Amino acid sequence: MSRFHGNTQPPAGSVLEQLLAKYVDYMDSLRRESFLDDQFTQLLKLQDENNPDFVGEVVSLFFQDSERLIGNMGTALGKKSVDYKQVDADVHQLKGSSSSIGAVRIKNVCVFFRNLCEAKNLEGCYRCLHEVTQECVVLKNKLNTLFMLQKQIVAAGGSIPVD
Amino acid sequence: MGSGFQIHSTMESGFSSPRHDGFPAGLRVLVVDDDPTWLKILEKMLKKCSYEVTTCGLARDALNLLRERKDGYDIVISDVNMPDMDGFKLLELVGLEMDLPVIMMSVDGETSRVMKGVQHGACDYLLKPIRMKELRNIWQHVLRKRIHEGKDVDSHEIFDGFQMNPSGLDWSNDHFFCGEETSSVKKRKEAETKHDDKDFADPGSSSKKSRVIWSVDLHQKFVRAVNQIGFEKVGPKKILDLMNVSWLTRENVTSHLQKYRLYLTRLQKENGSKACFSGAKHSETANPSVNFSMQASIMPQEEIPNKNFTVSGNKLPVQNANPIDNEDDLKSTVLVPREESKQSLIDEVPNLQESSRGIETGFKPSFMPFLHEERYAEFNSNTPAHYSWRGVPEAALKEESDAHICVEDSGCLLKSTNSRPRLAEDQGINLKEYKPLYADCRRKNIVGQNPLRMQSNNAIAQEKDNLAYYQDFQTIHTSPPKIQGRDIDSSGPHFPYTAHEKVSSISGSTFGPSDENLQVAWLENCQFSTNIRIQNSDFIGYSDQCFVSEVPIHSYETLRYDYEPFMDPSECSIADHVEMTEQMKTSDDMSEVVLPPRVSSQNDALQQQQVLLEPSPSRYAIIYSICTC
Repeated sequence: MSRFHGNTQPPAGSVLEQLLAKYVDYMDSLRRESFLDDQFTQLLKLQDENNPDFVGEVVSLFFQDSERLIGNMGTALGKKSVDYKQVDADVHQLKGSSSSIGAVRIKNVCVFFRNLCEAKNLEGCYRCLHEVTQECVVLKNKLNTLFMLQKQIVAAGGSIPVD
Repeated sequence: MGSGFQIHSTMESGFSSPRHDGFPAGLRVLVVDDDPTWLKILEKMLKKCSYEVTTCGLARDALNLLRERKDGYDIVISDVNMPDMDGFKLLELVGLEMDLPVIMMSVDGETSRVMKGVQHGACDYLLKPIRMKELRNIWQHVLRKRIHEGKDVDSHEIFDGFQMNPSGLDWSNDHFFCGEETSSVKKRKEAETKHDDKDFADPGSSSKKSRVIWSVDLHQKFVRAVNQIGFEKVGPKKILDLMNVSWLTRENVTSHLQKYRLYLTRLQKENGSKACFSGAKHSETANPSVNFSMQASIMPQEEIPNKNFTVSGNKLPVQNANPIDNEDDLKSTVLVPREESKQSLIDEVPNLQESSRGIETGFKPSFMPFLHEERYAEFNSNTPAHYSWRGVPEAALKEESDAHICVEDSGCLLKSTNSRPRLAEDQGINLKEYKPLYADCRRKNIVGQNPLRMQSNNAIAQEKDNLAYYQDFQTIHTSPPKIQGRDIDSSGPHFPYTAHEKVSSISGSTFGPSDENLQVAWLENCQFSTNIRIQNSDFIGYSDQCFVSEVPIHSYETLRYDYEPFMDPSECSIADHVEMTEQMKTSDDMSEVVLPPRVSSQNDALQQQQVLLEPSPSRYAIIYSICTC
């Protein structure tokens, strides 16, 4: 698949070429490091002229929802009598949500988190809560970078590679 | 019926060219999912398939929509985990009331769950993440169903105008009961279904579609027939004969029977494998029959003659419209003793009688061949909680003790997973990478502590402890042997994320309603990290390469978290952090602070390409310390 999928080969050394190369490498690294998987690419494919911000909107929704869920988990874990089922339900929800944008690492933390809920391991749960929070922050930053690159590409007259 | 997708015209013109009329374009899909992200994605995907999409975030809303616009949808796709109602229950209801094909979705693909879906009548079970191609094919389920049921349409037309009763009552809480679903019964059911399918092989039959709508009256006849025959001996032909409804076909009965059995099975399982419920519970009176019929008759009163009911609207003494509450009620009251597993206490059906038949006829024993006196008496008594499904008190107690035990256990667990540092190389995340971080601090500080102390109200002391602990933790990693003059605080459990009162949230607001709950304490504590300077200059040097991107978050409005400013900037990838910390931990000589540890060469190359902004060491320190919590 052409590295510049969707783009005609830009002039060598041009800004666009550099941006595209950077973008593709960045996406590759995100995938390699399991930050994102193919699902994210599917979302990019869904984006079209009618909905040029589709992916951005979906991602925003995800982060809003994940913040809410993480908040709930924190609240639930903080109670005197922890309702692990509730926490588990929230984690499950987060897991499902993370799969929607292809957030593999977050999803994996959730899997682990659920085991700890089942074991009613409070400390473990806190750990996971922290972990998952952190992963969300990291992912958000990564996506920021990605979106910024996308904007730059579009501004330079290219289109976002989707392979 | 609605405008929109008309399958019958296609069928009449022959199946061979399903693309005529743009089929399956315009397929009317109702998507039900409480996850807003998925809802949006599915909507987009379905639209791309040229389907007509309606979305719903709650099962209840979905049911209302379906009931309001009977025949307004061709297929329903629902997530299994809904907050207000179990997805399987919704599935059953939709199947029974509206007879629409339902596809289940879940991120959980465990075979048992999938099986449950199929058993409850799902025509498919999709695993999230869902791909476009899976959605493109859903029209097949619609077609299949139409073929199966399409037959003798003319005689069904009389039901077309029936309105669904929008009362919102839950049919399932109804009080049809539990026949025990033996495997032999199941096999017979399957065989019957198959056989019936064969009968229907001809797709070109004059099926103008229009599924049978099982009105209350019709269903009542059905159930009465079933009871008369005896639940185990029942078969579509016998039922059909007994029902004596000329236009009804054996196939209609078969499929309805199948659903009915599923419904009963589900009820049975939900309420305990051997126990049966009776709607009697809802009654406060000693006479269940009167109660049933009273409540039953209240509903259908006006409508009976016109058959304007829906199966759902009139089932029984559901005292409130909330199925969950009802279930709770069900669960808290007396159940039939276990031995009587086969009892199908289909007492309310007879109660759904037209007012003209009178109330008292409701509970005649003849309609309930299996009901025995003693059980009846039990129904009448309102002894609650013989079977306490929830068992909350014990669970709570258990949790506390378990938590304590688990600390030690997980400590051991953690210790053992100290190996693979290269997260980047792993395809999937290897959480073991993260665990050792905590194992480390726990080994140093926590072992033997009762984590439940975390939940004490010793707010201030705890906070200080935590803070100290946290700082200590950081220093462990940043300059190993020398803790910068501070001793490791070993006096408390001091797990930083405790839920004591004063811990504030990351931003003070994002995490949750009250700041007395755990928010992510470490973030507040992180503010102190700026004081802990990373002494090693090499370390800082590393940070130059480590930034993947310096684009400040606040430059991208929509994604900004409400974190404190110091959180904003980019960070090193977790993978890198993990690798670094792994390095530190596994290295015998702790004085060797990790440095450009083993970031993969690819990362290096990548990072060098990221020339977006200059790294800022102090930020990095903060982020690093945060990330190493």
